[in-house]
Formats: sequence, C-alpha cells, structure tokens
Amino acid sequence: MPFFTPGDDPGASFPELLRRMGLGPDDAGMAAAGAAGGRLDVPHATTCVALRYADGVVMAGDRRATSGNLISHRGMEKVVQADRHSGVAIAGAAGPAVEMIKLFALQLEHYEKVEGSALSLEGKANQLSMMVRGNLPAAMQGMVVVPLFAGYDLRRRTGRLWSYDVTGGRYEEFDHAATGSGSLHAGTVIKVGFRDGMDRDTAVDLACKSLWEAADADSATGGPDALRGIYPVVATITADGWSRLDDAELAARYQTIALQSTEGRSR
Amino acid sequence: MSMPFYVAPEQVMKDRADYARKGIARGRALVAVRYDDGIALVAENPSNTLRKISEIYDRIAFAGVGKYNEFDQLRVAGVRAADLKGFQYSRDDVDARSLANQYAQILGQIFTHEMKPMEVEILVAEVGVDGADDQLFHILYDGTVMDERQYSVLGGDAESITSRLAGVPVDGLSLSGAVQAATRALCGPDRTLKSPDLEVAILSRSNGRRCFKRLTDDDVAALLDVPGDASGDAAASADVPADPPAAPES
Repeated sequence: MPFFTPGDDPGASFPELLRRMGLGPDDAGMAAAGAAGGRLDVPHATTCVALRYADGVVMAGDRRATSGNLISHRGMEKVVQADRHSGVAIAGAAGPAVEMIKLFALQLEHYEKVEGSALSLEGKANQLSMMVRGNLPAAMQGMVVVPLFAGYDLRRRTGRLWSYDVTGGRYEEFDHAATGSGSLHAGTVIKVGFRDGMDRDTAVDLACKSLWEAADADSATGGPDALRGIYPVVATITADGWSRLDDAELAARYQTIALQSTEGRSR
Repeated sequence: MSMPFYVAPEQVMKDRADYARKGIARGRALVAVRYDDGIALVAENPSNTLRKISEIYDRIAFAGVGKYNEFDQLRVAGVRAADLKGFQYSRDDVDARSLANQYAQILGQIFTHEMKPMEVEILVAEVGVDGADDQLFHILYDGTVMDERQYSVLGGDAESITSRLAGVPVDGLSLSGAVQAATRALCGPDRTLKSPDLEVAILSRSNGRRCFKRLTDDDVAALLDVPGDASGDAAASADVPADPPAAPES
C-alpha cells in the first residue's frame, strides 16, 4: 500500500503516482523502437465528431481501425465515456490511444475519489492536454493520438467541446469539431448543417449523416454495417450524464439516411 | 551514565492500546448494516465536508472513526492501492480482503514500531454480486482484523450500540429499515438524531459499476420518515434488543 510523507505526496494525480511506483509509461522504449526500425505499422483509428446542441453535446465515431490499406478491426469503440459528464473520442494510433483513454478515465475517477469532488470540465480538458503532450515522443515515431473531448459543464450549464493537436495544444470549439482521416468530409457536413440550439433529434441525425458522408468518401472510415449489425458509436452528454444510443435507434436513422441519399437518383 | 528505565513490553503495549482506545472513544461512532440490496453505512457526523465514509473502488467503501487526519491518510492510501491494482491487472482483481490485510499490516507496524499508535478504527466494506458475497472487515488500531457478517460498529461506546443492533433481522432488511436501525442504535434511548447530524452512504448492487452512493440530507430524512418497520416506534426502548420485526416493507 503506497504511503507518502506529507511533503512528498503525489496528490490526486494518478499518472504521477504511477511514476512514483515505477509503473510510468516507457517513453525511452518507444523512442528506441522508433530510432531502430523507423515508423511502425500499427492499427489506426479514424473519424470522430462532436457537436453542441440545446441540451449538451453529441459525440459520434465510426468503428473501423485500419493498418495501411487493411481493415484491422471492424468494431472498435473510439468514442468512450470518460466519466459521468464527459466523453473522449480518439483518432490516431489505436494502441496508445486506447491506453490514453483508459488512463484518462482512471485519472478522473482517481481525482474524484482522493479529493472528494469531481474536476471541473475545463480541468478535465487540461488533464487530457497533458496526456497528449506526454505522448509527443511517440507521436514523432508515427504514434499520433489526436482526441476530441466533450462534456456537460455543470457550473455553466452548457455543453462544451475541445479539439487537440499532437503537441497537446487544446482549443475550445464553440459549436462543433471533427478529428481523424475523414474529418474533412464529416466536419463539412456538420458545418453546413449546424444551427444554434438544435434539439437532440436533429443533432444526432446530423452526426450520423456526417459519418455517412465521411465513410462514403474516405476508405479508412467505416460506414454502418447492417450485415454484421455494427453501427457507429453515438452518445449524448447532458445534465443527466452520458447516454449512448442503442443500435436499434441508429439502424432506423441510417435506414432513413440511406433512403434520402438514393432518392431521385438512378445510381 | 544515565540508564533508561526498564518498562515491561506488556506495559508498553497496554499503554499504547489505552492511548489509542481513549482517542477513539472521544469521537462519535459509525455503523454499517447489510440490507437486501447492499450495505448501508451510517455515521454520526455533523460536518458536511469532512467525511468519515468514502468510496475506495467499484464495490468497496471505506469508513473510519477516530483521528481524522490519520484515517484520511489511510483512506487515500487505500484508493491508491486499489486504483494501482485495477490498472495493473483488472478491475475484477481489486478486493476488500487484500486491502484489509494491507491496512492491518500498516496499522500493526505503526502500533509496535512508532512512538504513537494511530487513533483509528476502520472498516473496509465490499458489496458482492449477490448478498452472500458481502464482506465487512473491521480493523483496529493495532492491526487486528475482524471479519464481520451482518453489521459492524466502530468507535466509542461500541458495546452498547452493538447490543441495540442485536435485534436487526438478518434477511430482507430494506434500506429504510437498515438506516433506521443504524440511527436508533447510534442515538440510544436518551436522544434522537436528525438527518443533518448523520452521514449516510450506501454500497448498492443496483447502482451500476460504481456501487458507492452518498445520500443527501433530504434522502436520509425521507428514509427516516418511512413508516412500517416493526421496531420503528421503539426509540424509547431502543436499548433493549428489539423483537424480531414483522414483515419488513419491500
């Protein structure tokens, strides 16, 4: 059981605790691997979006992970609940990204338990920023991780979202953000369709539509897979917390989108 | 040359134990009671910010009585140990028994080797997937561990509180029944405790991954107001073990 003297206490920081216990991330090993063999070909996760609406935020992400031109995973979940009132979406090297999300969610919970109260939403965004920055040496070797962070700010009573860059730069977005290989297409669909104060239905439809268009134009983004029953992860975060849409609702929405997009066309 | 006085080891241990017991007896007591959906932890604590009961992990709660800074230090160490273990292995591998053993080691070590023992008594409670797996580990200032079954009493005046809890039914106790029984046991025949004087938290099987939930003063007041528990009107005679209650409300 870890016991520290008052002057030497790692406080509520779980990554710092890991370092003290000799379990910190092995940056040296990652850098050495890069130096020896150049860039590693690892699975990459792709398109995620987040947008604000009247009650909070919607987050959505496709399910495909790719290694070069191969599909390495069809059911990956890139939009993940971080805690009750926030979520993270990731694009980039799947291994470090999943590890980063796991550590991030754990850090939020650890802080809440040690301190007795949850971090503010901005504090959470800042924590994630430090983690992305910590991944910079690995990013230089091609293990880039670029997340989106969104949540409901209980103090300001509004949904808020942040996008990041490789160096840990943290940018609060007013209305919407997209990341990953299909972000150009998905982001454009949202940008064109975005209206202030949308209701849940409209916002979820817009998010679904944006991923549909991204999958249509970007080979690394997976579309809805009705054959296997795999649909994007779509979740809303409101004052009541995180809520993920079930596959039946998404199947119905994508059916509508498919009908709309083929309407009046011969091919 | 000065010679240190010889003090028999029995005397040293007895003095330390007396010292710790006195410190603990000064504080107010805490009760944990199993109910049909988990474990209810009820402490007499007028403070709304300095907690005696808190969350350690998904299914594990911590409760401490005695000197606040000492049991809070133990609480944080427990959170760290649990989170580290869950990170290194899996969330399923974190269990109350191993935490209780680690606490016992630390308290035993401090009791025998340090100048001053810790003036604390702690409880590590784990709620099982079903009621049969519920666990209550009660750990004393000297590292003694007790595995308790139905309820646990920590702090000063534990004996009379335990005797008041003796009539609490083993099966099918509702949450309101458990909180009422614990409150009656804590306050005894001569006084009453209202919701602002109490700190109540539950480990509930139906609370999702994180079973721990703190109840607000309003929640507690509502639970204390629920009528129908057999011993609900027994506040006047609460020091005698209550009769087995009639069918507890669902």
